[in-house]
Amino acid sequence: MSVFVDRSSRVIIQGFTGQHATFHAEEAMSFGTRIVGGVTPGKGGTTHLGLPVFNSVAEAVEETGADVSGIFVPPALATDSLLEAAEAGVAVAVIIADGVPVQDMVRTKRYLSGRSTRIIGPNSPGIITPGACKVGIMPSHIYLSGRVGVVSRSGTLNYEAVSQMTGLGLGQSTCVGIGGDPVNGTDFRTVLQAFEADDDTDVVVMIGEIGGQQEVEAAAWAAQYMSKPLVAFIAGVSAPRGRRMGHAGAVISGESDTATAKLDAIERLGHRVVRNPADIGDTVLRATKELGGHGGGA
Amino acid sequence: MNIHEYQAKALLRHYRVTTPRGEVVYTAKAAARVAEELGGSRWVVKAQIHAGGRGKAGGVRIGGSPQEVAEIADRMLGSTLVTEQTGPAGQLVSRLLIERAARIEREFYLSLVVDRDAQRIVVIASAEGGVDIEDVAQRDPDAIHREEVDPGVGLLDFQCRKVATAIGLGSRTTSFTRLLKRMYRLFRDKDCLLLEINPFIEAEDGELVALDAKMTFDDNALFRQGAVAELRDFEEEDPKEVDASGHGLNYIALDGNVGCIVNGAGLAMGTMDAIAHHGGRPANFLDVGGGASPEKIANAFRIVLKDPNVTAILVNIFAGINRCDWIAEGVVRASRDQAIAAPVIVRLTGTNVEEGRRILLDSGLSLIQAEDLDDAAAKAVAAAGASA
Repeated sequence: MSVFVDRSSRVIIQGFTGQHATFHAEEAMSFGTRIVGGVTPGKGGTTHLGLPVFNSVAEAVEETGADVSGIFVPPALATDSLLEAAEAGVAVAVIIADGVPVQDMVRTKRYLSGRSTRIIGPNSPGIITPGACKVGIMPSHIYLSGRVGVVSRSGTLNYEAVSQMTGLGLGQSTCVGIGGDPVNGTDFRTVLQAFEADDDTDVVVMIGEIGGQQEVEAAAWAAQYMSKPLVAFIAGVSAPRGRRMGHAGAVISGESDTATAKLDAIERLGHRVVRNPADIGDTVLRATKELGGHGGGA
Repeated sequence: MNIHEYQAKALLRHYRVTTPRGEVVYTAKAAARVAEELGGSRWVVKAQIHAGGRGKAGGVRIGGSPQEVAEIADRMLGSTLVTEQTGPAGQLVSRLLIERAARIEREFYLSLVVDRDAQRIVVIASAEGGVDIEDVAQRDPDAIHREEVDPGVGLLDFQCRKVATAIGLGSRTTSFTRLLKRMYRLFRDKDCLLLEINPFIEAEDGELVALDAKMTFDDNALFRQGAVAELRDFEEEDPKEVDASGHGLNYIALDGNVGCIVNGAGLAMGTMDAIAHHGGRPANFLDVGGGASPEKIANAFRIVLKDPNVTAILVNIFAGINRCDWIAEGVVRASRDQAIAAPVIVRLTGTNVEEGRRILLDSGLSLIQAEDLDDAAAKAVAAAGASA
């Protein structure tokens, strides 16, 4: 088990024949991901990387039985591709693009409410279940199969945390990058719920950022309903107010939005917080040891 | 992206929202002429800078004659306005909005915002207008009314009536509904993130008027908002930030002394935090993004070094889609392009790290290599302090 994607996931890539999509599809395949084809409108009927290319997601799903889609199309077209994937009945759709107009996502989320497609992103590094499936752009070699669930907004901060853990022999069950945008498909709480329900996850790490209250709300849910230990880090303690720190979602607009305010709130809820990003690995190790020492590499 | 008040008001008028009559001017002479043309007996002279807090800082003044308007304009133009949002350096005033003063009966607060927590567009309104809404929120949260908009159907009339009643405009629901729905259309059409009218007023004659206006647009949507993108005023932005964005770098100037060159927004913030944790202060946020070429890295150095406060530079790269060898080549190129007096601390990891380290070693540059994030932050803070 794991969350959202596993060894049995059948993955298609939208925007398959593009340069980045090609590079990352090859990477994912060498990692063991079962990619079954791709979609590039107008190139249906050809093959790419030895796999069939389709004109539409519906055709690809029909022919290959795909249930996961990695969307590697430019930001202006990303929500259209997402809706096409959802209409075709894909269970998990991952949007990598950074730069999707926020009101596009507002409308898209409304359209998809009540449907079962799980959206990861946009502005996401993707999702990876080490040893089984990768849909995204993360460097595969830093991941180690294990029992720590990781959910983050940022890609590179996810890599930083994972490499600290892997260096200590702490493997990961699944790492979910929910993306750095203010309006995103899957929030922290939903991922925590999935990790709580996952038999292969013992400890969960949540890596948030300044802006909004999603992390605090997720931590409040966890305080009440989660049996597994939660370790949280919020980036941006030293960020100024009112400035967009790279990610569209990372802006401090009120007192409760600051990293310190969010860390304090999460700590008051009884969770472990990390104040220095260099200490994420060590803190997870301590949380794991208190559970009785299992939680390392599988 | 932000725009000036006078530009926001022009957009509002285009959507038939009433604003005071006025005109933007660049000289004191024009200020007097505009006051003359507008007629009336009192005029408001408003400094046009993007930062808020103008009123308290002396950037909004009333003149009782065209002569007085010209005098005020003369003092304001070319002056530097320091508000609570500009930072200590302030912002140069080069244009003014001259308006006929309105006769105010009551003041209100009204805004539309893409709300992260609701994941939707939300209307925020209060009967307490003309003051800092954050202060109202803190002092009396019940004085603020929120109404979420369902993007499937848009803002509905009954919601507007509800907001009107909540802020004490129950007797004016028809005109308020018209105002709010026009604002919503503007917000949606132009890909806004924020449209704030503080205050909007009920004038003596009963008309609802947008007395001030602040608009922020979604940078991600500017590709389809050509007319909006043209309103960008580079004078209002830090020249280093403009330079950086021209090279695909995301740079934000801060007030510390440790220059930062990092890949990824999250890690860039995390690096700043690690520096702060070790007692140092970051001089900037800088995200080089993915697939950073040697040239991009060299530009990052050039921009970071424009800041005279920088006494050490920390390069922290966790290469996923980036390549450590390219980053290393960029560091070498930067030090060839210009003399770098400040110590440079480099932490490289990820894709092609061995090759990257070899390039740095072979270059003969005196760089401080760091093992991991903690080591890098500690060494950068020590180096910045020692060379300060």
